[in-house]
Amino acid sequence: MHSSLNRHINILDFALSSLLRRKTKNSSLLVLYMLIVFIIASLIFFVHALKREAALILKNAPDMVVQRMIAGRHDLIPVSYGEKIGAIRGVSAVVPRLWGYYYDPVFGANYTLMVPDNRTISPENVIIGSGVARNQRIKTGDLLTFRTYDKGSLLLQVEQILPYESELVAADLVLMSASDFQAMFRMPRGVATDLALTVANPLELITVANKIVEQFPDTRPILKSEILRTYNSVFDWRGGMMVVMLGVAVLSFVIFAWDKATGLSAEERKEIGILKSIGWETSDVLLLKFWEGAVISLSAFLAGVVLAYGHVFFFSAALFEHPLKGWSILYPQFRLVPAVDAYQLSILFFLSVIPYTAATIIPAWLAATVDPDAAMRS
Amino acid sequence: MIQLSQVTKSFNSGKPNQFTAVDDVSLTIEQGQLTVLKGPSGSGKTTLLSLIGCMARPSSGRITLHGVRTAFFPDDTAASGLNISSLPERFLTEIRRTTFGFIFQQFSLVKGITALENIMLPAYPTGESQAAVRKRALDLLDLFAISRHASAPVDWLSGGELQRVAIARAMINNPAAIIADEPTAHLDSRLSVEFMETIGSLKSTGKTVLIASHDPIVYDSPLADTVVEMRDGRITGIKKLP
Repeated sequence: MHSSLNRHINILDFALSSLLRRKTKNSSLLVLYMLIVFIIASLIFFVHALKREAALILKNAPDMVVQRMIAGRHDLIPVSYGEKIGAIRGVSAVVPRLWGYYYDPVFGANYTLMVPDNRTISPENVIIGSGVARNQRIKTGDLLTFRTYDKGSLLLQVEQILPYESELVAADLVLMSASDFQAMFRMPRGVATDLALTVANPLELITVANKIVEQFPDTRPILKSEILRTYNSVFDWRGGMMVVMLGVAVLSFVIFAWDKATGLSAEERKEIGILKSIGWETSDVLLLKFWEGAVISLSAFLAGVVLAYGHVFFFSAALFEHPLKGWSILYPQFRLVPAVDAYQLSILFFLSVIPYTAATIIPAWLAATVDPDAAMRS
Repeated sequence: MIQLSQVTKSFNSGKPNQFTAVDDVSLTIEQGQLTVLKGPSGSGKTTLLSLIGCMARPSSGRITLHGVRTAFFPDDTAASGLNISSLPERFLTEIRRTTFGFIFQQFSLVKGITALENIMLPAYPTGESQAAVRKRALDLLDLFAISRHASAPVDWLSGGELQRVAIARAMINNPAAIIADEPTAHLDSRLSVEFMETIGSLKSTGKTVLIASHDPIVYDSPLADTVVEMRDGRITGIKKLP
């Protein structure tokens, strides 16, 4: 076998033996390191999968939504606006939408109420998300009670419960007919919550938006790309919760690496002196410390990433449920589709494995540059 | 043969605390012989050993090795003498590894690993296969009658056993010369005599042995060929024994 390869094998063998000698210290290092990688990798997997889900959902979202504004607040928009907007060149379709939120004081949960534009629901019937069904413990055919604007009751029969696959966005959803929606909130006919527009040519979106604002100065057009951007900034590295969690994880890693970098024990220094005196070069000592660092950091990285994968994609990110999943009390029970961002994972690799390995080499290098006769004088 | 010519080693040169540990030493150490450096503490014995063993470079003077084969110099250079006084660290390490075996005062074994691993350690960076090194290490353990301790951590061994592991480690790369610094300092008289017997067997195989000691068991040993007396970094007497 090639002597250079033999040298690596011999030194790696001794590195493993060295690591086993300090079992307690090294296993606690490994567990701590793995935990930090696990948290960061879980966040990366979770956020990436959420962004992917959001992008898939928004694929079917309207190209543009037009809202009416009064005093800077979102107001109901007359359906007649839609007829005029539909006449603008480039607009293929305009659909007035009815939607809103409802707080159920009995169950303490918020629901999203919506009148679907792609299917008809007959009056006194509803289709509900599985989160609502779970929360109220009801099934198809049961009656659901809503409190109307004047504290009256509106009894609606559950026609269908939305399938599990759509849980991420549909957990808290209640679909109802336009007449029930209007009756429940005393919403006048002839108005909508907003208008959903289809524009065939994406290049014309900005022009169409400008024309709408010019024609109806009290409206605000929102493009699909803007919604996507909002999702991205909510779930991106810069998102508040992400920054806090990542900040804590990265800080822990820095403290951990710093401790390692400054923590070469007297015994380790003595050993380096012995190795030098029996014929090891500085580069051999560095190779030994490199292998020690690499074995710890690679094992911790791989274990942390595998555990994070299982946590996010098989256990639905159970540890992040409260801070990151849903709101109110309706936590969606969804299983994310496995999606790994190789780019972010490589960044994690380079920001964890390499600094740690370097942190183990630098103090060893400082210790290994002493004269080999130090061992004779110890 | 190792030849020293006007070798001086100073520490903290140019500073108020400058200290000359070895002062203008000229000496010839014959191949296959046992040379003992004798003198009180601070006489410069250990520093001289470290200069000869390529662990440090002299501040001035020349140290020449004759008949030493290295991987990086042609054989005729080895025959005519290799001046090691100013070689870069890499070359010095290579010579140290292949030419000298070291036995330290406190044994300097790595704790927590077995006797066998300790013996194999100097051979790891040479790139030799582990199987070959292991076989040689086991042979050495057998030679020094400590085979039963091969897989025992060195922390469990007695002083005499540690000494034998240290000697076996010094021998693993089959060096031409053995350098021992106060090897009997931590041994009782019986073990010290035993140690000298081991040195005698090494000498009989043609090894050059260089020992620094102020123990009469060593410098009065009939095995010694030359006793060099040192004081304050200088040689005060050289006694060639018949």
